[in-house]
Amino acid sequence: MSDRIIELVNLTKRYGSFTAVNQLNLTIRKGEIFGLLGPNGAGKSTTILMMLGLTDPTSGLVNVCGINSTTHPVEVKRRVGYLPEDVGFYDNRTGFENLMYTARLNSIPDKEAEQKAEQLLIKVGLADALKKKAGKYSRGMRQRLGLADVLIKNPEVIILDEPTSGIDPKGVKEFLELIVEMSRDEDLTVLFASHNLHQVQQVCDRVGIFVNGNLLGEGTIDTLSQELFKNHPYIIEAGFSKNASDIPDGKEMNYTVDWLQGILKPIDGIKAITLNNKVFQIESSRDTTSEIARFIVQSGATLNYLNKKEYGLDDIYYQYFEGGDNHG
Amino acid sequence: MDNPTTQAMTLNESRQSKAHYLPAAPHLFGNKNGVNHPFWVIVQKEISDHVRSWRFIILIAIIALTCIGSMYTALTNIGHAMKASDVQNTFFFLKLFTVSDGTMPSFFVFISFLGPLLGISLGFDAINSEHNRGTLSRVLAQPIHRDYLINAKFTGALIVISIMFFALGFLVMGLGLVTIGIPPTVEEFWRIVFFILLSILYVAFWLNLSILFSVRFRQPATAALAGIAIWLFLTVFYPLIVNLIMKGLTPTQMDMNTAHQMFNLEELRLTLMRILPNQLFSDATTTILMPSIRSLGPLTMEQVYGTIPGPLPLGQSLLLVWPQVTGLIAATITCFVLSYVSFMKREIRSR
Repeated sequence: MSDRIIELVNLTKRYGSFTAVNQLNLTIRKGEIFGLLGPNGAGKSTTILMMLGLTDPTSGLVNVCGINSTTHPVEVKRRVGYLPEDVGFYDNRTGFENLMYTARLNSIPDKEAEQKAEQLLIKVGLADALKKKAGKYSRGMRQRLGLADVLIKNPEVIILDEPTSGIDPKGVKEFLELIVEMSRDEDLTVLFASHNLHQVQQVCDRVGIFVNGNLLGEGTIDTLSQELFKNHPYIIEAGFSKNASDIPDGKEMNYTVDWLQGILKPIDGIKAITLNNKVFQIESSRDTTSEIARFIVQSGATLNYLNKKEYGLDDIYYQYFEGGDNHG
Repeated sequence: MDNPTTQAMTLNESRQSKAHYLPAAPHLFGNKNGVNHPFWVIVQKEISDHVRSWRFIILIAIIALTCIGSMYTALTNIGHAMKASDVQNTFFFLKLFTVSDGTMPSFFVFISFLGPLLGISLGFDAINSEHNRGTLSRVLAQPIHRDYLINAKFTGALIVISIMFFALGFLVMGLGLVTIGIPPTVEEFWRIVFFILLSILYVAFWLNLSILFSVRFRQPATAALAGIAIWLFLTVFYPLIVNLIMKGLTPTQMDMNTAHQMFNLEELRLTLMRILPNQLFSDATTTILMPSIRSLGPLTMEQVYGTIPGPLPLGQSLLLVWPQVTGLIAATITCFVLSYVSFMKREIRSR
């Protein structure tokens, strides 16, 4: 089997005139944790449904584990574990019974399944709730039971659709750690679909950004930010103290854009200076942070705050989502 | 061997045996190493869900009570029935199911009344409740074909109904046997078996209708109401409408020329009524349980002339109800096909 465990080629899904997924090309390699990042309604879930053969693509090809999901959904579902968004269980059965049902649907012999179910429930931290009715589980517990439910069939790939929505921060942290641990232990490929960029940044090796059915960018977070901001200037933010006692010679300073421009004139590469909410933003074509600091201090002004802006996932996110129209 | 080692070993084994799960599931009617086919796994779960549910316990209580009630009236009145006519005495045992003194309906009337309720209540939340609980997408992400779920829902409920009806029918027979002390003849026994099968078929129709609603409507309450509305319409309003139409068509003045017309009108009325599944069911059961019935439509004097009054043999009774049975089966299959198609075409999203 090739290294490419999930392969989408020109995948398109239309509902009437609405295009949910547009000409999607994506390859996910074996063993990686891939984050599919996009706002609600971007077409993430639709793509996942097509991977599982639960809905048919309008055109294009989906291969999971080298099997065509559209024509052989059952073979694919034998190898892929899927945790849907807001997963539900049979409330009148215990967590253990719910797992056993899934195991039986996967034709796992009962004895083996019982062992495995117990192991998994201990692993996801539900050992105490083993014999508790699933209806009494909290949201976080349900999600963890969902993870056990996905893993009981010994999958090669697990697909998690918004697995952390509605869990408290502590629960999210534990859950994400669990995913990383499981994927390492069992050598799993994980597809993690979420709109929460910080969680994706925490666990994922590679990220695909998905807006309005289009895949806008794909790669590690570093390459994404480099690619996206390579033509953008450096932005250095500077703030000054207004407090009179901080000013050494007692002379009132008038912090204006013109004043700062005067001070920084000797530095070449500075393009523009703007005053934004008492913070100066200095646009520069190269990294001039240290020079700016030197000149300002020499001028006698009290520098309170100086920051070179780093492009994190947040900026990538907004760059894509807010300005999605320009880039898309 | 101490505990950690065992656990490590089993983990290791399960890792190695990854390929072991991958072969296909056992054959539909097979059992490989104690592993059932996924279809029967779902059926098993459906049955245990039904049997454990309060809804089913309440239904069984209602039906058991009415059954006891109708048995009681039948047993207290069976003496009069025996004296009343000699011809039918040969089918004395069947009277247990049909005799009534007018205060309380007989067993088969009860079944025709409660059957729809049973069918609707076992099916109205089949698909939509799974969807609302968020279990539908989880179950369909398992390696099963989508139609397994809807087929298993139907099969599970049908098995529950069948066991219940056979148990009830045989209990009535046993109780009758103990109280009146006359054993049923072979023919009577088969007639009762056919009656039970017919009842199951009738409930299966309502079951499928409510499964259809459970696929169509997102809310279980809407599906249940739709089922009950159809049931009320068919049992109460439709006969009223037919009567109204017939009243309008019937000539006011009677003469010899209208005799033929009257005959045609009666035929028309019966045709209109036989669209109803409950009419089909009651026609069929009456014929099966009362062997003296020789025709389900109007007979002219010429047709009756020369016949010897007497009960029909079982084969002839079955021939007589063949159209009714076919109609019921057709209605059941229509409902099933509609729900099947609409379920297969549906896109399954979580909640």
